[in-house]
Amino acid sequence: MDFIHSIPWFLIFASLAKTIFIIFLVVLPMVSYTVYAERRVSALIQDRVGPNRTGFPLTLLGFKKDFSPFLGGLGQPVADAVKFLLKEDFTPGHVNKPYFWLAPALAMMPALITLAAIPFGSVLDLDFLLIPLGHLFGAEWGHGPVKMIISDMNVGLLFMFAISSVSVYGIVLAGWSSNSKYPFLGGIRSTSQMISYELCMGLSAVPVLLVASSSGLSSIVNYQVAHGWLLLPFTDGSLTLREILLWIPIAIAFVTFTISMFAETNRLPFDLPESETELVAGYHTEYSSMKFALFFLGEYTAMIAGSALIVVLFFGGWHLPFIPDGSRGGFWGAIFGFVNITAFFAKVAMLLVVFIWVRWTLPRFRYDQLMKLGWLYLFEIALANIFLTAGILAFT
Amino acid sequence: MALTTHEIEAPDTLANTQAGIEKADTSSDILGEKLILNMGPSHPATHGVLRLVLEMDGEIITKATPDIGYLHRGDEKIAENMHYNQFVPYTDRLDYLAPLANNVAYALAVEKLMGWELPARGQAIRVICCEMSRISSHLLGIGCLAMDCGAMTVFLYTFTEREKIYNLCELLTGARFTTSYTRVGGQTRDLPDAFIPLLRKFLSEIPGVIDEVDSLISRNRIFVDRTKDVGTITKEQALTYGLSGPNLRGSGVDHDLRKKHPYLGYQNYEFDVPIGSVGDSYDRYLVRMEEMRQSVRILHQVLDNLPGGPINIDDAKNFAPPKPTVLTKMEELIHHFIIHTEGPDVPPGEIYFGAENPKGELGFYINSRGGGTPHRLKIRAPSFVNLSILPELLPGYMMSDVVAILGSLDFVMGECDR
Repeated sequence: MDFIHSIPWFLIFASLAKTIFIIFLVVLPMVSYTVYAERRVSALIQDRVGPNRTGFPLTLLGFKKDFSPFLGGLGQPVADAVKFLLKEDFTPGHVNKPYFWLAPALAMMPALITLAAIPFGSVLDLDFLLIPLGHLFGAEWGHGPVKMIISDMNVGLLFMFAISSVSVYGIVLAGWSSNSKYPFLGGIRSTSQMISYELCMGLSAVPVLLVASSSGLSSIVNYQVAHGWLLLPFTDGSLTLREILLWIPIAIAFVTFTISMFAETNRLPFDLPESETELVAGYHTEYSSMKFALFFLGEYTAMIAGSALIVVLFFGGWHLPFIPDGSRGGFWGAIFGFVNITAFFAKVAMLLVVFIWVRWTLPRFRYDQLMKLGWLYLFEIALANIFLTAGILAFT
Repeated sequence: MALTTHEIEAPDTLANTQAGIEKADTSSDILGEKLILNMGPSHPATHGVLRLVLEMDGEIITKATPDIGYLHRGDEKIAENMHYNQFVPYTDRLDYLAPLANNVAYALAVEKLMGWELPARGQAIRVICCEMSRISSHLLGIGCLAMDCGAMTVFLYTFTEREKIYNLCELLTGARFTTSYTRVGGQTRDLPDAFIPLLRKFLSEIPGVIDEVDSLISRNRIFVDRTKDVGTITKEQALTYGLSGPNLRGSGVDHDLRKKHPYLGYQNYEFDVPIGSVGDSYDRYLVRMEEMRQSVRILHQVLDNLPGGPINIDDAKNFAPPKPTVLTKMEELIHHFIIHTEGPDVPPGEIYFGAENPKGELGFYINSRGGGTPHRLKIRAPSFVNLSILPELLPGYMMSDVVAILGSLDFVMGECDR
């Protein structure tokens, strides 16, 4: 009996609830609606309309009118998902089957796993609900505030880099196992691109670590709550000389980090692995149905994880000026906790729009130009930036 | 080992394997294996059905073999079996991005053989057709080049404008795409009343769009890097391979048939012929951009000085009479019947006429032995000639450059394969 009581049930349930909440209720819908946003925003940029009327095709069943309960085509992601699920899942005969099947999973999973280290809110204290609810069952359910992060590691950033570098295997294996030339070229391009830019990305995040003197993502956010967002240091209401000086390397780090993030997520102007006008569809040329959809969703999940990381590192995570976190407890504490979560995802959504905006504005790099940009410019800048930051930190 | 078209189409597997083994034996470089990549005929960047067999060392092209003919319909042979006027719809399908200009070029060729010159209004209408086609074709060419380099949005901007040109075509000819507007000795119909205001409206809008495209990509660092010093064709190469149109002018050769051998009264209009300095993809892009502006200039002049009067040649024996008179008058009915069963009575002889089409010099060589059908008709298709430079041009560039080069050559396979 002691054994059962010694199990921290609350922690398990809380983690489970957080995982389910962030993965199934926030991120996955966000992924499909990012696809929708991509289509609508690109349509806006290109003077088109985009999908705006998806509903239930009741006329097929003999009704007079189609039923469209969603505004502005918001049902489009549902229709897309149904379409992907119903399509024939065709595996060409010439592929290397185990890897061919493994690759889509490897493209999607790392992006989802990295979300574990992201602090998507401050704390949430639902005791004012849980304690009375527990009394109904004759149990003590109150456990105080819960941190809104699935796994609060002190090496959160390293964890994210480590896991996201696994996702390169998804693309490489897809390209290689397809036994076809276009996917193969896409796979090769992707390998060198992602490995090169991972380096730039890691190096450009170092100034942030130096300033916050921690690699735990929640402590980076806490630092920004106390001292102002790194990129907008006035959000704590004060501006010191040190913050102004530090803004320079941080801004450089932000630019290099964001560019590397574009390259890591294979988005235009760095979408060489799947550049559709050269390599047809790149590494996923041979894929169809839900396996293709996994690549597709994996790209968007990686975009969301990347945007979330940028928000955490540079835009103060869940923090909004003058809005307290949820640690005060009670009803208002819970409200503030939810406001913080909303603020975080709102910031992520804004960055996603930037991702989309860039994609439909810029042309694509050539392979050697991409490597030149990565190794000759971004790498050096990021490296020098570390010394600049360290110097400023040492002398102020 | 030269790879001929025959080997591509009907590969002798055994011989190839044997050749491969021998090559592998003699090659001292153990990593010297090259990748043969088959680009097309169904590929997003080959704009139709061009097929390129690329031999690549990594991402660098070492050999390129174009394989054409997937859209061959035997247009030249077809022409021998029909009247001159019946062939007009086939010219729509040559450069299907500028059908009006093809119609005009063909009609002019046959008229040259007849020794005809159209009345002033007819000529002015044909100039309108040609320059509208030029704008339409260049809009698509630039949009495709931008899309091949990854800038999808430019393509849709230019496509929106082309849609307006198609509306004008529909107003003028009744069809948006397959216009079949000209006949030997004239046009099917005069400009409708609503046409000129709409064209003026279009002309007032299009410079803004060209400027917008300019601001989007002309100075975009990525686009410039992708196209500058890529696919450089020197003056000598361009002349040797017989390039024409913007591709020739991009290489710095000042040659425009509208200036050199003026037809349709082009000598009366003021316009400049832009030429490039280096001959790379970027120069060809800039030449096209400027040509659109010059076309707008010409169109303004045509509309300002549009003469009145007849649009067709006055030759009752060889040009079909207007339909209402056919149904009411005896003589016209006879002419109508004769012209539509036997065709215009073209004198024996042979001529060549080249017109400055959007893609280059579209030439028609007609060998006539008299009567209503040509004995032989040869089409000098600019895209066919322009593509002939590919095997020399492509090696040494990267895979990604191929799409930029193909986009900047702006070819149409309907014309190339005929």
